[in-house]
Amino acid sequence: MSAIETLGLSKRYDSLQALDEVNVRAPSQQVTSVVGVNGSGKTTLLKILAGLELPSGGKVFVNRHEVGPDELRAHCTMVFQKSVMFSGTVYDNVAYGLRLNRSGSGDVRERVRSALALVNLEGFEKRKARRLSSGEQQRVALARALALEREVLLVDEPTANLDPANAMIIERAIKESAKSRIVVLSTHNLPQARRLSDRVIHLYRGRVVEEAEPSRFFTSPSDERTKLFIEGELQY
Amino acid sequence: MDPITEGVIRAINLIVTGDREVFSIAALSLYISICSTLLACVWSIPVSAALALRSFLGKRTVKGLFNALIGIPTVALGLYMYLLLSRSGPLGYFQFLYTPNGIIIGQCILVTPIIVSFSTSALESVDPDLRMLARTLGASGYQVDAAVLREAFWGVTLAIVAAFNRAFAELGVAMMLGGNIRNLTRVLTTAIALETAKGEIALSIALSFILLGIVMSLSIAINLARRPS
Repeated sequence: MSAIETLGLSKRYDSLQALDEVNVRAPSQQVTSVVGVNGSGKTTLLKILAGLELPSGGKVFVNRHEVGPDELRAHCTMVFQKSVMFSGTVYDNVAYGLRLNRSGSGDVRERVRSALALVNLEGFEKRKARRLSSGEQQRVALARALALEREVLLVDEPTANLDPANAMIIERAIKESAKSRIVVLSTHNLPQARRLSDRVIHLYRGRVVEEAEPSRFFTSPSDERTKLFIEGELQY
Repeated sequence: MDPITEGVIRAINLIVTGDREVFSIAALSLYISICSTLLACVWSIPVSAALALRSFLGKRTVKGLFNALIGIPTVALGLYMYLLLSRSGPLGYFQFLYTPNGIIIGQCILVTPIIVSFSTSALESVDPDLRMLARTLGASGYQVDAAVLREAFWGVTLAIVAAFNRAFAELGVAMMLGGNIRNLTRVLTTAIALETAKGEIALSIALSFILLGIVMSLSIAINLARRPS
């Protein structure tokens, strides 16, 4: 089964150790959630996996092959917490990456259509992306990433500040997309992690302190800090 | 009838009847300002892209310098360029002084800081996260830059229009480097100055109507063409 893995991954920003010897594995056809308080290193981990930042140490493997940032960008795509839209239509936005890959226009059309269908935005193709609501923009951002059909989908806090209806559509699309790819989800929304995840990883101050299936993670965590985090009492 | 009203009526008459001299001066002005603006774009846009999208030592100083040069007095620039282009000057060999090419070169230098500063501002105002987004969607370094340039398109266009307007409406460079020679280097601004000095108010007003008309029409057209993204 294909997977994305890290071995001894570290990231240091001046005096801040954002990630410290992180070893994680996210297999295909599963949603692997990375949970933790703000500043625990979730976004840094995802940015390194997306090839957007260089680690200070450690390695990343895709399907057991060590890969650098350029290769990672070819394997992965990422949806950010704050959705950023290109000027132009929803279609232009979702087609952007496909056009860079020089896909044929018929193929682009078809993949845009099915990606938009996955996030319930059929018929939105001609709408100006920046005039949509923030929830709709986040759905466009997810469709834009899904349209590329990359092996790994990295999703950073996708439903932060969204209303329940948009959050539900996004969660459903993430779950659906995990059937055919590796999904790594960063969230501090524990009910969401519980609903979506096949595996949950707790990051605390840049270190993995707990990794388990949701049933065990949320009911009988082995690490005291995870217990406190679930109870909402973890200091940071 | 007072002289101003009489001047306005005669000016309208000159424009409506298509006075040959008025229109040849306007055409030369347009030619010189369009050439100087386009030529300045050739280096100004890459320079602004480098200033906005790259990091290098002294970047803030370079930006500050271009910002400061926006307000350079045209007469002072005209004087320096005159010294460079005059027969005894370092560029005298090319014999550009008192030719349209001389004015084009002078105006090029005049509008470069405008294009660089305004375009840099426009490029810097593009959401920095957009670069990261383009990278995750498979864009190469150049494709990321292209995406940022596309987002800043209207800002860069406005910078170019501002540069054109500055070139089209300036007097100092055209006077010092062109010499206001009839049928050769006489442009709208130098002609207005000359005709006013001669007491030919009607012709001056006609020329100023054309000058203002072109500047305002261009700005209005750009604003109308600009659609919200």
